Amino acid sequence: MIGRGGLRHHTPRLKRRAALALLLGSTLLLAACSDAQENGQNPFNAEGPAAEKINDLFIPVIVVAGVVAVLVLGAVLLIAFRFRYREGKNENPKQIHGSTPLEIGWTIAPAVLLAVIAVPTIITIFDLAEAPAGENVLEVEVVGKQWWWEFNYREQPQVRSTVVTANELVIPTGEPVRLQLTACSDSLPGECNVIHSFWVPELAGKLDVVPGRDNATTIEADHPGTYLGQCAEYCGLSHANMRFRVIAKAPAEFAQWVREQQRGPAVPFQEGPEGEEEPAGPAQDLVINTYQCTNCHTFDQSDVVSYGPNLTHLASRTTFASGYYELTRDNLVDWVLDAPSLIPMESKVCREVGTPAVDNDCVGMPSFTKDTPEGEPVMTRDQAEQIADYLLALR
Amino acid sequence: MTTVTDVLEVPARRVGVLRRPKATTGFWSWFTTVDHKKIAIMYATTALAFFVIGGVEALLLRVQLYGANGTLLTASQYNELFTMHGTTMVFLMGMPLAVAFGNYLIPLMIGARDVAFPRLNAFGYWGFLMGGIFLYSSFLLGGSAPNGGWFGYTPLTSTGLDRGFLPGHGPDFWVVGLVMLGIASTTGAINFIVTIINMRAPGMTLMRMPVFVWMMFVVAFLTLFAMPIVTAALIMVYFDRNFATNFFVAANGGEPLLYQHLFWLFGHPEVYILILPGMGIVSEILPVFSRKPLFGYAVVVFSGIAIGFMGWGVWVHHMFATGLGPVAISAFALSTMIIAVPTGVKIFNWLATTWRGALRLTTPMLFALGFIAMFTLGGLSGVLHSIVPADTQQTDTYFVVAHFHYVLFGGLVFGLFGGFYYWFPKLYARKLDERLGKLNFWTIMIGFNLTFFPMHFVGLLGMPRRTYRYDSGLGWEGMNQIETIGSFVIAFSVLIFFVNVFYSKTRGEAVGPDPWDGRTLEWTIPSPPPEYNFEEIPEVESIDDFWHRKYTEDEQGRLVRLPSGGAVAVEERTGDGHGDGHGEGHGEGHGIHMPSPSYFPLVVAIGLPIMGYAAVFQMWWLAAVGALPVLYGSYAWAIEPQTEPET
Repeated sequence: MIGRGGLRHHTPRLKRRAALALLLGSTLLLAACSDAQENGQNPFNAEGPAAEKINDLFIPVIVVAGVVAVLVLGAVLLIAFRFRYREGKNENPKQIHGSTPLEIGWTIAPAVLLAVIAVPTIITIFDLAEAPAGENVLEVEVVGKQWWWEFNYREQPQVRSTVVTANELVIPTGEPVRLQLTACSDSLPGECNVIHSFWVPELAGKLDVVPGRDNATTIEADHPGTYLGQCAEYCGLSHANMRFRVIAKAPAEFAQWVREQQRGPAVPFQEGPEGEEEPAGPAQDLVINTYQCTNCHTFDQSDVVSYGPNLTHLASRTTFASGYYELTRDNLVDWVLDAPSLIPMESKVCREVGTPAVDNDCVGMPSFTKDTPEGEPVMTRDQAEQIADYLLALR
Repeated sequence: MTTVTDVLEVPARRVGVLRRPKATTGFWSWFTTVDHKKIAIMYATTALAFFVIGGVEALLLRVQLYGANGTLLTASQYNELFTMHGTTMVFLMGMPLAVAFGNYLIPLMIGARDVAFPRLNAFGYWGFLMGGIFLYSSFLLGGSAPNGGWFGYTPLTSTGLDRGFLPGHGPDFWVVGLVMLGIASTTGAINFIVTIINMRAPGMTLMRMPVFVWMMFVVAFLTLFAMPIVTAALIMVYFDRNFATNFFVAANGGEPLLYQHLFWLFGHPEVYILILPGMGIVSEILPVFSRKPLFGYAVVVFSGIAIGFMGWGVWVHHMFATGLGPVAISAFALSTMIIAVPTGVKIFNWLATTWRGALRLTTPMLFALGFIAMFTLGGLSGVLHSIVPADTQQTDTYFVVAHFHYVLFGGLVFGLFGGFYYWFPKLYARKLDERLGKLNFWTIMIGFNLTFFPMHFVGLLGMPRRTYRYDSGLGWEGMNQIETIGSFVIAFSVLIFFVNVFYSKTRGEAVGPDPWDGRTLEWTIPSPPPEYNFEEIPEVESIDDFWHRKYTEDEQGRLVRLPSGGAVAVEERTGDGHGDGHGEGHGEGHGIHMPSPSYFPLVVAIGLPIMGYAAVFQMWWLAAVGALPVLYGSYAWAIEPQTEPET
């Protein structure tokens, strides 16, 4: 169901692989994991400095924990076999009420072990909390919405005019990217969404998107590729579907991508002089007038935020619907007709309320074939195909 | 030491109050009983029913996740079920089942004839039952069951109904239901505390109390202090939802994280509220079946107390990904590491208890050993959470699900099962069947590990929690299949347990009052215990007093049975050793005055859900209706005569 064509093959580092093998003691599970090496959501497959630092810290600790587990479990088994009740042999064991030296010993030993672990832990906490230095760090505002992600590249040296996109965060490789996480969007002034959590396991640990808090995190990808992400804080009905991906491109390609995003719409949206604009064609007429898609989406300006994803350059993405569906014509037609059947959304009343920002009972995209309010048209497949073709031309 | 049995003068009948019921047997007596043992049985029965319901919910979740993109459940059904599974297992199974054990055993173990507040005890049970029924009625009445997760984070749950992020009344039911359950468990906690402080038998000093009583003592304090915190948080959620207050509305200056701080300031002690009873049970079982005293009694007790205190200082480890800044995060990473120390001490002391013992591997002992092993795994994965950078990868993944199931299932539930097998003969003078018991143990051990061990790995491989579907090709499918199969093995095992209970209640091996060669006071009285528990209040001279009446030690410290020890004395005291349970059979039992049954705990409790519905649907006239039984019941409770005068 999901497009995975963009995923590259990883070359797992020997060290990690050995540690992972140690971690995955049972052969059964080892077998299950060997094919997991190539997924795009595996924290052990670190592809950026943050994720690598985490693994360098975690893997030795997990080995220690594994050793302790084996020792304790071994002791339980040993005791159960060795000290079984045997009639006439051991039924009256020596009564040992305690031993202060022993008890002090096994209070101090774990404390020392934990103290040893605490040092690199705290060093890494502070290390990862540091914002990247340098003047030219790319900053992207990440907005968690229900149930998709908006990425807002504001004006800065690398991006001279604002670019707004959705569900695919494009970054340059080899340099840190600072992400400002917010749940309060410019598209709904004075409104904030629920808590989400931004997580790209192969690049970094997760950080929550909390209304009213200026959380910021840094990601960096060592190599070009696609890295899967997922909202990691329960955020309501379609939390499970709130995915996204980070697409890392070589710096030159990234600059090229920025330039392309900053162009106007590939297909004219409206015609006519200022003030009395007309749809430029039948598909645009459907989008503007018949089905009022423009209440929530933007089709002709890549630098504005809207209630729904900005679609000005939709066709430059590989997926849509919070990164859940591959961007194909068939998928798009199905989606335009009846989106809630593909991703559950609380959008039954969305066509009634007009501008959804006013009413949170409408969350997501309505079906244009079901629950149609009186007086509104029901979308035909032919119309949906027209719209899909138009969208796929928006490069 | 005064007890409830010191009968005061019977006051004259008062007008306007129902006659005080007298029956202590028969169906209707269950509705008016104030006997801690009957109330314990009601707690256990109800909590086990909720255990089954929560278990069925878990099975549905597991079937949904058997393969990628499962279609058994819709997203909203899945969200309701995982919310109710968590809520049920914590508030309607774990806590009340521990209270059931405490209710039955605390008076017996400290040599008391009842708890301090018998009617409050009954009210605690009825409040729990009403709260549970109220929560589950949301499936029918609420348009949606609670669906904000058992943690109910704001602003997801707190945003008003008119513009809510969660459609339906589910979160309202959740908020009000938990407040109700909080009232019930708070009364229970107060009762336990007062009972343990005031009603111990002569000579039962605090440091001679059985470890289980100690742990319940700590748990009662944790409950007493934790419940008000979550109640405040829940009421804020209710006000935000229904009266447009802005406690958690960031856009209006509120703070969503305030809720998380409050919830986990309750929620982490809650974890210890759930696990300490299990630790207490295991600390009773291990010495008995090792024929050795608990290794380092004082250290085990103080470790429990230390855990109880430190439990208040680790809550932020549930919030490591919320962005609190490196200083706060580091502090809580350290506190999380430190709390592992007393926990580790307990494990080592348990192991030392069994070391060089004479281990009878009966079912209770198997569960106790299983507890040590499984809880150790859960404890270790818990320490891993203190490695904060790693926790930012693992939090909200199945790794955490694995972790807390090892603690709460491998810990608490194994402990409770062990407790059932251990104390069942005290209730019914019959043992639970050992063959079925061993089958029960081994199947649950296998099923549990099949279900939850692979969750460590899917979590480490990036599978998030609370998601109703996942994609294929991420390396998660095989392990999810194993997990689902494992969950049905657990279900089979639980079924065996119930079969065992029903079979053994009438046909199990009949045993005397002390079938396991026990160490604590409950084994000195007949099985089942008479209503008044102890004909004579025992005098206690040491820890494991009963044991020391039966055994002594030779010069090498080896166990020596006393030629005519306490065991004989028990036989004498209990006649045939099977005790028929009620005073009439024994002249001695006559004249011991027990508190009379009462209607009013139930009457008061019935008002709670009525007021709850009023709060959910904002029907204020209904609140007045609900207040009637509460007010009338409380009034009558206060002035009803001590006992119905003999006529």
